[in-house]
Amino acid sequence: MIEVKNLSKRFGPLIVLDRVSFCINDASLVVVLGPSGTGKSVLLKAMLGLLPVDNGEALFDGKSIQSATDEEIYEIRKQVGFVFQGTALFDSMNVADNIALPLTEHTAMPSKEIRERVCCLLDIVGMAGRAHLYPQSLSGGMKRLVAVARALALDPKYLFYDEPTTALDPIMTDKVVGVMNNLKKSHTSSGIVVTHDLDTAKAVGDEIYMLKKGCINKLAKIKKELYD
Amino acid sequence: MNLFSAIGDFSSFFFRSVFISWHLKTARHRILNQVYEVGIGSLPIILIIAAFVGLVSIVQTSYQIAGTMPRFILGATVGRMVMIELGPILTALMVSGRCASSMAAEIGTMRVTEQIDALETMAIDPYRFLSLPRIMGTFIALPVLTVIAEFDSLLVSGAYAHFFLDVPFGVFNYGLTHFFYAKEFFGGLVKALFFSVVIATSGCYFGFKVRGGAREVGRAATYAVVTASVLVLMLDFLVALVIFG
Repeated sequence: MIEVKNLSKRFGPLIVLDRVSFCINDASLVVVLGPSGTGKSVLLKAMLGLLPVDNGEALFDGKSIQSATDEEIYEIRKQVGFVFQGTALFDSMNVADNIALPLTEHTAMPSKEIRERVCCLLDIVGMAGRAHLYPQSLSGGMKRLVAVARALALDPKYLFYDEPTTALDPIMTDKVVGVMNNLKKSHTSSGIVVTHDLDTAKAVGDEIYMLKKGCINKLAKIKKELYD
Repeated sequence: MNLFSAIGDFSSFFFRSVFISWHLKTARHRILNQVYEVGIGSLPIILIIAAFVGLVSIVQTSYQIAGTMPRFILGATVGRMVMIELGPILTALMVSGRCASSMAAEIGTMRVTEQIDALETMAIDPYRFLSLPRIMGTFIALPVLTVIAEFDSLLVSGAYAHFFLDVPFGVFNYGLTHFFYAKEFFGGLVKALFFSVVIATSGCYFGFKVRGGAREVGRAATYAVVTASVLVLMLDFLVALVIFG
C-alpha cells in the first residue's frame, strides 16, 4: 500500500502540490486527473523521491521514501515500475537491451534467461519480434509499450504511469489502455496513473482523483465540476 | 555559484562518481565501451595532430639551433619537448575538445529526456552507470593515446629531419636516446592521468547539471570543453612544478 501524506511542493512562489494526501490500496489502480501543468508529473516524481518535497511524505508499505537512506530508496524503487510520459528509453540501446537493463543490473540471471524474459515481456505488451529495433525507429505508441515492458522487467509491486496515452492516436490509445487493463487482471500490482484524458481515466482507474491548483480531491466529490 | 562552491561541487561530483561500490562484471562492458569511444574514436585526429606537432617542432628547433649546435641536438630537443610537454598537453586538449563536449551533450540530452530519471526509478545509480565508466575509460585511454601521439610525433619529426634537413635517422636517434630520461617520459604520462580525470569529470559534471532543453545542452558542451581545457593547463603547471620544478 502507498500512502501519500500532506505532500507539498512549490517552485518559487508557485504552489504545485498543497498538502496532497491520498492512498493507493493493494491491487488497485488510482488515477489522478488534471489539466496540463497542474503538477501531476511532479506528484509522481515527488512520491518516488526524484524531486525533493517541501513537506509531507510518501510511504511505501509504511516506509517513508523522504526519510529513507539512499540504499533504502533504491530498495523501494526496485518495487516500482515507472512509465514516463516521454518514455525515457535509452537511445543508445535497442528494445531488448532497454528492457533487459534492470535485469542485468539487479539480478544474477544468465543472459539466456534474460533474453527469454525480454521476449515474454514484449509478448505481454504486443511488441513481439521487435527486440532488435532502436527507439528512434519506433512510433510514439510503440515506444510507450516498450516503456511499459521495461517497467515490468523486475515484476514490480507498483506501477506508475505518467500520461500513458498522451499524444497517441485513438487506435494506439486503445492498445495501451488494453495492455494496462490486461496487466491489472494478470498482475496483482497496484499503481497510479496521472493523465488529463478522462476516457483513459475511466477505462483503467479503480479510483479517480482530481488535482487542481495543488489540491487533490476524490472525483466523486467534484464529478459535477469535471463533467461541466 | 562562487568559485569556491563551484570547485567544491565539481570535486564532490568526482568523488561521488568514483568512490562508490561497483562491480567489475557489470561495469566492464561500459568501461571498455568508453575506452573504445575515447581511445579508438580519437586516434585518427590524434595521429594527424601529433604528426604536425612533430613537424612544427623539428622545423622550429632546426631554425633555432642552425649553425650553433651539433645536429644530434635536434633529436634531443624535439624528444624532450614532445615527451614532457607537447605530447601530453596537445593530446589532452584534443581529447577534451572531442570527448568532454560529447559526454556533456550525451548526458545532458539524457537529463532533458528523463533518461537519468529513468535510471533512478530503476534503482540504478546514474553516477555509477554514466560517470564512472567515462572517467575510468578516459583514465585508461588518454595515457595510451599520449604514448601513441609522442611516438607519432617523433617518427614524423625524425623522418622530416632525415629527408629535408640532412640529419640522418641515426643522428636524430642518437640525440633522442642519449638524452632520454625515464622521469621525463613518465612525468608526461602522470600528467596524462591527471588530465584524463578532469576531462571526463568536466564532461559528465556539466552533462548532469543540464536543466531545460537543447540550448542548455549546447551550453553544457561548451562549458565542459572550456573548463576541461583550463583545468588541463592549470594541472599541467602544477604537475610540472612537482615533477620537474
